[in-house]
Amino acid sequence: MRVMAQLAMVMNLDKCIGCHTCSVTCKQTWTNRSGVEYAWFNNVETKPGQGYPRRYEDQDRWHGGWKLRRGRLELASGGRLRRVLSLFANPDLPRLDDYYEPWTYDYRNLTEAPLGDDTPVARPVSAVTGAPTDVRWGPNWEDSLGGAPEHAPADPVVEKLGRDIKFSYEQSFMFYLPRICEHCLNPSCVASCPSGAMYKRSEDGIVLVDQDRCRGWRMCVSGCPYKKVYFNHKTGKAEKCTFCYPRLEVGQPTVCAETCVGRLRYIGVLLYDADRVGEAAATEDEQRLYQAQLGVFLDPRDPGVVAAAERAGIPHDWLTAARRSPVYDLIVKHRIALPLHPEYRTMPMVWYVPPLSPVVDAVAGSGFDGEDADNLFGAIDALRIPLDYLAGLFTAGDPEPVRLALRRLAAMRSHMRSVNLGEPPDPHGPAAVGMTAETTEELYRLLAIAKYEDRYVIPTAGIGRAHELEGIATKCSLDTDGGPGMGDGGTGTGEGRTDLFVWREGERPAGMFPTVGRKS
Amino acid sequence: MNLLLWGVLPYLTIAVLVGGTVWRYRHDRFGWTTRSSQLHESRLLRVGGPLFHFGLLFVVGGHVAGLLVPASVTRWFGVADETYHLASLTAGGLTGAATVAGLGVLLLRRWRTPAVRAATTRDDRLMYPVLVGTLLLGMVTTLVTNGMGGGYDYRATVSPWFRGVLLLQPDPALMADVPLSYRLHVLFGMALFTLWPFSRLVHAFSAPVRYLVRPYIVYRSRDDRLAARPARRGWEDR
Ligand code: SF4
Ligand code: SF4
Repeated sequence: MRVMAQLAMVMNLDKCIGCHTCSVTCKQTWTNRSGVEYAWFNNVETKPGQGYPRRYEDQDRWHGGWKLRRGRLELASGGRLRRVLSLFANPDLPRLDDYYEPWTYDYRNLTEAPLGDDTPVARPVSAVTGAPTDVRWGPNWEDSLGGAPEHAPADPVVEKLGRDIKFSYEQSFMFYLPRICEHCLNPSCVASCPSGAMYKRSEDGIVLVDQDRCRGWRMCVSGCPYKKVYFNHKTGKAEKCTFCYPRLEVGQPTVCAETCVGRLRYIGVLLYDADRVGEAAATEDEQRLYQAQLGVFLDPRDPGVVAAAERAGIPHDWLTAARRSPVYDLIVKHRIALPLHPEYRTMPMVWYVPPLSPVVDAVAGSGFDGEDADNLFGAIDALRIPLDYLAGLFTAGDPEPVRLALRRLAAMRSHMRSVNLGEPPDPHGPAAVGMTAETTEELYRLLAIAKYEDRYVIPTAGIGRAHELEGIATKCSLDTDGGPGMGDGGTGTGEGRTDLFVWREGERPAGMFPTVGRKS
Repeated sequence: MNLLLWGVLPYLTIAVLVGGTVWRYRHDRFGWTTRSSQLHESRLLRVGGPLFHFGLLFVVGGHVAGLLVPASVTRWFGVADETYHLASLTAGGLTGAATVAGLGVLLLRRWRTPAVRAATTRDDRLMYPVLVGTLLLGMVTTLVTNGMGGGYDYRATVSPWFRGVLLLQPDPALMADVPLSYRLHVLFGMALFTLWPFSRLVHAFSAPVRYLVRPYIVYRSRDDRLAARPARRGWEDR
């Protein structure tokens, strides 16, 4: 047993309102530079839908992730030699159009157009070439099922279902799926990188690109099945979601989590056995990969695990955090969070609580009480399409784990309703789904009350080095010219900037109100 | 003049190539990249890229064989000079043609695709003409001078001169009567090697051979230098 610690995230999809705040704040933090205009480390896509980049889930086309070859794991795009030979033209690389061509507007025309009869307009221009362009696709083109009758049938998960799904507004179901890099336990991006520039940090499992070692071979871009590595076409280097490690190192949640309007993201520590990852990822039956990954996680309360973890040098406060981890509770204890596309065999570490809302909406839409457990249980069994779709997303098509998760959510709703109304406990309540009143209420506190300190249990990078860490809380170590997280190249001073994220109540950050002085 | 061109210049080239590469590695690792433009255009690249690169690998192999292996060695192995001449002519002609064709496609693509054109930097504009010149002159030496011109035994002059340079015993006199095409080809080649460390060509030095044998997953411990590093130059300035 080799115990390793991983910072993982869970998102509760029922609460996502598709507001894109997470995407925008992430972009402002990491990718508001030329070269990565088209890159969204965090994006929110509407499901069913093709996603971003278009149809990224179609691995028959993109060859991302791993496959089994005679029982052994191999990158889906082929063996090492084959990949080295395809360096000069990567056959699986998405084109910019598969993401979208980034654009801006010619605002200058608004003020500089000569006087005329017509009101001047700001025409869209390509952010890559500067030439006038037609906006034909974007990072969330299909938002809230826009154009779904036309586009959604091309959703690879829908195609796999092989069933006729209605996409007219009244008959369809939908939910939002926010996505970041999964910081996988078995990352195929790392395995694809010819120069060894990508790595998984051994302390916290965050997957990063070393900007000094990347040589622009762009194999990671196609190697990641979630398409969460992006090629910066200005610097010629790969960039990806950093899990906001400069923030996590000082105990703060990622920007997307911190700013999430639905307060639906959870971050915590998971302990796992690194020795068993390869074996689990090579599980023959795709539909058992979810269970196999559960089998890799370790119980932080087990004395044997604690002893092994201490031997492996995992700090004490990390073990304490692992015992309080909301992520462990949602994934392992309550079994209501599921991995996204486990069949890619990368062992993703951003898990999702599947949304009950499509079921509730369907029940309510047909004139029944959408909060009633009987109705919900019946609907979870009867409504095949949302259930199978969710299974296609989270369990490689096995509906049982999805059904269990949804039933537990439904049981929690009805249990809490009876508690709040002072009614006798529901017979279909906790016991029917293998829970007790106590665990149900615990789940309710985690999901519905969702206190800040319960959502984020993040140990810091090390108390002994707290002094050094002070530096990076205000200045990011990636703050280099052209690099991700690039600031304004040394002209800005720490005092002059105000960072709302570290602004605690009752404090006034230095530099918030600049002192008025003579211009030098 | 002869001494300057064939006795001094080669060493200047080597000095710039080695020194420049070391300097670039130490000061601009962030700028060390292929600067791939496949994101913008991949249809033409999928033809031109492999054609050029694989062609070039063979061309380099041919140069190694022709320049470093003395004629006496191949004779000792029982290869007749006529056979060698024919083989080098066909192999060199074919792979050279592939390389030139590949580069032609790549340059056309760079010229015609607006996004790729916009991604072309100043050092590209300087490097590409030299690269084209070197390749075309190389084709001239192979096809015109050595082929149609009835054959020229560069293994009696150019190759010993080259080995002499490497062995620190340069003999500029060997190059005195070499045909003009050969001499121009060598001069362009030296210019190319001078530009090498400062252009995108450096990516050739990071050919990922280690990838074939390293474990798939790379783990690394958190960087000890937690504080911000000084800013380094990128290649955004054109
Ligand atoms: S999701 Fe992240 S860690 Fe996983 S393969 Fe993709 S880029 Fe790598
Ligand atoms: S900020 Fe939260 S609620 Fe809004 S889209 Fe992102 S994940 Fe959903």
